[in-house]
Amino acid sequence: MELVLAIVAGSLYACGLYLMLRRRLAQLIIGLSLLANGSNILIFAAAGVTRGQPPITEPGAVATASFADPVPQSLILTSIVIGFGVLAFTLVLAHRVRASAGSDDIDAIRMDGD
Amino acid sequence: MLLVLPIVVPLATAIALQFLPRRPGLLRGVAFAGALVILGAAVVLFARVLSEGIQVTRIGSWPAPFGITLVADLFSALLVMMVGIIGTAVTGSSFSGVDPRREALGYHALIHLLLMGVSGAFLTGDIFNLYVWFEVTLISSFVLMSLHRTRAQLHAAFIYVALNLLASAFLLTAIGLLYGQAGTLNLADLARTWPERRTPALDAALSMLFLTAFGIKAGLFPLFFWLPASYHTPPAAVGALFAGLLTKVGVYAMIRVFTLLFPDPANSVYSVLLVLSTLTMVVGLIGALAQRDMRRVLSFNLVGHIGFTTVGLALWTPAALGASILYILHHMLVIATLFLVAGVFLRQRRTSDLPSLGGMYRTHPRVALLGMVPVFSLAGVPPLSGFIAKLGIVAGALEGPHYWVGGVALVVGLLTLLSMARVWDEAFWKPSPTESAAAAPSPVMLAPIAALAALTLALSVAAGPVFEVSRRAAEQLLHPSEYVRAVLGGD
Repeated sequence: MELVLAIVAGSLYACGLYLMLRRRLAQLIIGLSLLANGSNILIFAAAGVTRGQPPITEPGAVATASFADPVPQSLILTSIVIGFGVLAFTLVLAHRVRASAGSDDIDAIRMDGD
Repeated sequence: MLLVLPIVVPLATAIALQFLPRRPGLLRGVAFAGALVILGAAVVLFARVLSEGIQVTRIGSWPAPFGITLVADLFSALLVMMVGIIGTAVTGSSFSGVDPRREALGYHALIHLLLMGVSGAFLTGDIFNLYVWFEVTLISSFVLMSLHRTRAQLHAAFIYVALNLLASAFLLTAIGLLYGQAGTLNLADLARTWPERRTPALDAALSMLFLTAFGIKAGLFPLFFWLPASYHTPPAAVGALFAGLLTKVGVYAMIRVFTLLFPDPANSVYSVLLVLSTLTMVVGLIGALAQRDMRRVLSFNLVGHIGFTTVGLALWTPAALGASILYILHHMLVIATLFLVAGVFLRQRRTSDLPSLGGMYRTHPRVALLGMVPVFSLAGVPPLSGFIAKLGIVAGALEGPHYWVGGVALVVGLLTLLSMARVWDEAFWKPSPTESAAAAPSPVMLAPIAALAALTLALSVAAGPVFEVSRRAAEQLLHPSEYVRAVLGGD
């Protein structure tokens, strides 16, 4: 399972970086969100996957070796929420940039001057 | 309790600002009062840390490695105090007028949210929480930057957003890998357990990921290009806030995480950081000399001087790191003042293009005298704070095996002097190219600049004691056992 997740995370990083190197605003944003999702999967895989076990134990019971770790799940949840908010903002910003530049080519964004 | 205040006060202020009636005077007053309360809390916190040692608060009373802890050691407390100072100056500068459209869109609340994010990043003792505070800071700075709809500001904001999101992805990746191996996110717990759990390969990968993530945020060479492309576009007060606080959050995170996770000065990441820091200094200052717009000159100076603040970490001696901490304090004050000074020119002459400025010394000598303090302090003219901080770094570098860094720092100091002399000459000294005499800047506008300039002078006069404190802060950072004991308790 870890191997599959590692391959998925790696592919997401590769696709995300490839898209970020393209010259279109939309592709840049999709690339950024793929990159964020890649890191989410990576957190999940790196922390170890436990199947079929709840991330909680009975009160008073001693945790067995195979119980699922709730921390990475909450980390991922947090970063999904943050990522979603930031993505929404970036989309609106990109929309306005496209409207003002009249093109969604990144080179139309002037780094210098007015 | 005290530790929570620098985070809760700006949050409460921001919420209150959203619900208050939209009368400019009221909003500005509340925003300023909120910043003053932050400053007060930060000063009390600093006094407490200075007298009683490291302060720790466990959020929700969860015991240390499990819940989120807030920790204030000397370094954190000093920087939180700077958040209060710069927050007060920036909210104070809004009394001289803010674009009404910005004000209606929640300008004051956003400034307070930004202050909350920065204070949170300085105080947290949990690495994932650090990521969350980074995101709080980022999203409020994104909105502050793109509130305006001029073309340049929008485009600059987009570059800024895209590169900072990339940095966040790097940081998240590093945190995920770190958690996978260490099984904890508490920084003190990491410092204790990481030496046993680390593998050389993971150590190398993590240090590079952290270096890239924090390097983008701090503006290290070769990751700084977003900074001069975006910092000169927002209004002066926002520029002062960003220049004073945001890049320093990256520097702070780098120093905090590296001293706790990679406490071996032989780690190859420090050689990389040393080279990158010196290159940042040189490239930043050469870039500054090539610019002719005052705010762009300042942006490049900001980049160049980030090198001074990270070089102490790379040299890894209490003297050098202490000097770097002093440099951070000095630079936060001075660069924020200079951005506010640029704001005065923008208001008066509608431009910050250096060749079209001038004549200030002849028409308003008092204003010029005020501008002289930050300009000459950044340039490193003795006896001002910039000279003392630079002297500390050069002395720190000459003690160790990397004495060539001292030479580079001296050359860069000379380049800074050249760049600042040009700003002084073009903006204040030379006769004005236009005939019309500009109106005198209002005292309300000058008050925050005067306050910051007075603090710069105070920092220069009290440089001895402050240097002593920052050296103690550096000792705490380089020997984290005190930090670990304060957070985790016991042994």
